[in-house]
Amino acid sequence: MTSRVELRSATRPRLLRRPREAAFAIFWYVFLSCAAIVVMMPYIWMISTSLKGTEEIFTYPPTWIPREWHFHNYVDAWNAAPFGRYFFNSLFVAVIVTAGQLITCSLAAYAFARMEFKGKNVAFTLFLSTTMISAQVTLIPSYLLLKELGWLDTYMALMVPFLASAFGIFMLRQAFMTIPQDLEDAAKMDGCGRLRFLVQVILPLTKPMLASQALFAFMGNWNSYLWPLIVTTSKHLRTLQVGLRYFVGQEGGTQWGVFMAATVFVSVPVVLFYFLVQKSFVEGIALTGIRG
Amino acid sequence: MIKGESRSHPGAPASGSTRHNPIPRKPAKSWWKRWGEETFTAYLFLLPSFLVFAVFTFFPVIFSLVICFYRWNLPHQPVYIGLDNFKWLFTDPIDAPAFRQSVFNSFYYALGGIPLNMAISLLLALFLNRQLRGVELFRTAYFLPTITSTVAVSVVWMWIYHPADYGLLNSLLLKLGLSPQSWLRDPHLAMPALIAMGIWKGMGYNVIIFLAGLQNIPSRLYEAAEIDGAGGWTKFWKITWPLLGPTTFYIMVISVINSLKAFAQMHVMTQGGPLGRTTTIVYYLYQQAFETFRMGKASAVAAVLFALLLVLTFIQFKVVGSRVHYD
Repeated sequence: MTSRVELRSATRPRLLRRPREAAFAIFWYVFLSCAAIVVMMPYIWMISTSLKGTEEIFTYPPTWIPREWHFHNYVDAWNAAPFGRYFFNSLFVAVIVTAGQLITCSLAAYAFARMEFKGKNVAFTLFLSTTMISAQVTLIPSYLLLKELGWLDTYMALMVPFLASAFGIFMLRQAFMTIPQDLEDAAKMDGCGRLRFLVQVILPLTKPMLASQALFAFMGNWNSYLWPLIVTTSKHLRTLQVGLRYFVGQEGGTQWGVFMAATVFVSVPVVLFYFLVQKSFVEGIALTGIRG
Repeated sequence: MIKGESRSHPGAPASGSTRHNPIPRKPAKSWWKRWGEETFTAYLFLLPSFLVFAVFTFFPVIFSLVICFYRWNLPHQPVYIGLDNFKWLFTDPIDAPAFRQSVFNSFYYALGGIPLNMAISLLLALFLNRQLRGVELFRTAYFLPTITSTVAVSVVWMWIYHPADYGLLNSLLLKLGLSPQSWLRDPHLAMPALIAMGIWKGMGYNVIIFLAGLQNIPSRLYEAAEIDGAGGWTKFWKITWPLLGPTTFYIMVISVINSLKAFAQMHVMTQGGPLGRTTTIVYYLYQQAFETFRMGKASAVAAVLFALLLVLTFIQFKVVGSRVHYD
């Protein structure tokens, strides 16, 4: 704690001049590295197990580095269940929902951010109120509604209820409000309509916010479980999460090498995706408090 | 939608040709031009979102308040029974204890991990709030569990908690000379095991929020304290902790809300067992609605959950309001 002010006020703490600072930096790295190792342990264990043969999995004491490398677990897992289909379902649904949310959210956000109209406050409060209602509460009526519509066990059930997002509207609204009004007035002078201004001026200028909103939508949808579990019954409509659960559940819980291999290819794409875009993701969370 | 918008601006595509002409300004625009057009277009823009909210949020909320008063065991037709579902929930000799236990389990799960979770998250955030090389790498590592799907994480932890000697956790216990446990099958250990996994999974998110809170504390306060000769410990308790108060409270409430909604880990790892010790409210609702298809009774459970979440969300909104105060 003591070195905090010194570190902040120093122009650049590149050279650790004093021994006390050096000692602290070492302690800092050791502490954070230990914590990181503990946090990463389940991932390492998952990958390690996914490469082991059955015999090695069931031996005590467990080994971290496989004696024999069984890459075949991955092939076995991929072939044991229609994971290709699950991947397609998850990707398809998440992409459509993300694209749909970006469209509906930017339209609504534009109206709230840059237009004056009667009933704006009422509409805004109404939209805000949807954030108070969680999916768990409306699970049953939504299910019954989809049943009436004949949408149960279709892609519609997986996508349509998520085509709007109040959080997305508020995030984009904040971003849209930062665009100077002069710009819009000038565009209007040139005969540019609202929709054209939104698409050609505002959206390109607020790309970072759109990207993080897209991320939240994509991750949230990709990782969702309860909803796809109850609205789909046929195997070919299962998402990756539901598919993984059934895969692990049905085998009687012994083939851990294959299970871990399946878990690796279910979780790794999202992790890689996160590494690519983590900066805007983390900033978005710090800004809004939304969990992905 | 899109067509309707562009129709109201016929001049839009022709902007190039009108560029050099002065804009004809009519002093008296019609009411429609001044207010009607804007209002109409605004509502047109809100319409797609509103339709989705109306059908999949507002209607279900109202509909669920209706279902509560019906006996609706699929595939049979609904029958009006008044408050019987709630009576059943609170007084039935068999089901009321099960429901009470689910409420207890939910709060056990929500509150059990919070002190440790917050302590670890804050400690890590304090360490990360420094301009040393590699901060981002560590932050990424801690955040990884939060973005990994709960199902994938649950499968991995099922394997870590495996009851045999070769289960990772048990093998560690054996090394320390302790006896192995059947974590997820032991009525006393199943919930703590889920809580431990929850701490691991939720920590990264809390670290990010704590970091944002820490970075909002003006550094001049620390500089002033430094001049007054305050040590690190004093600075933490006199500056960091009080100014972080709203952030801490926010994380607390949001953690409780998210824990009350938890479902996937129970469904994957324990199926509500052993002996119903991990049957939370949401899991109980799921069992009633989608295992025994008693929609009316399940809706009564949902109504109780709704009330709980509403109170907490209301508190959360209040806190978000006061969080701005320190920005």
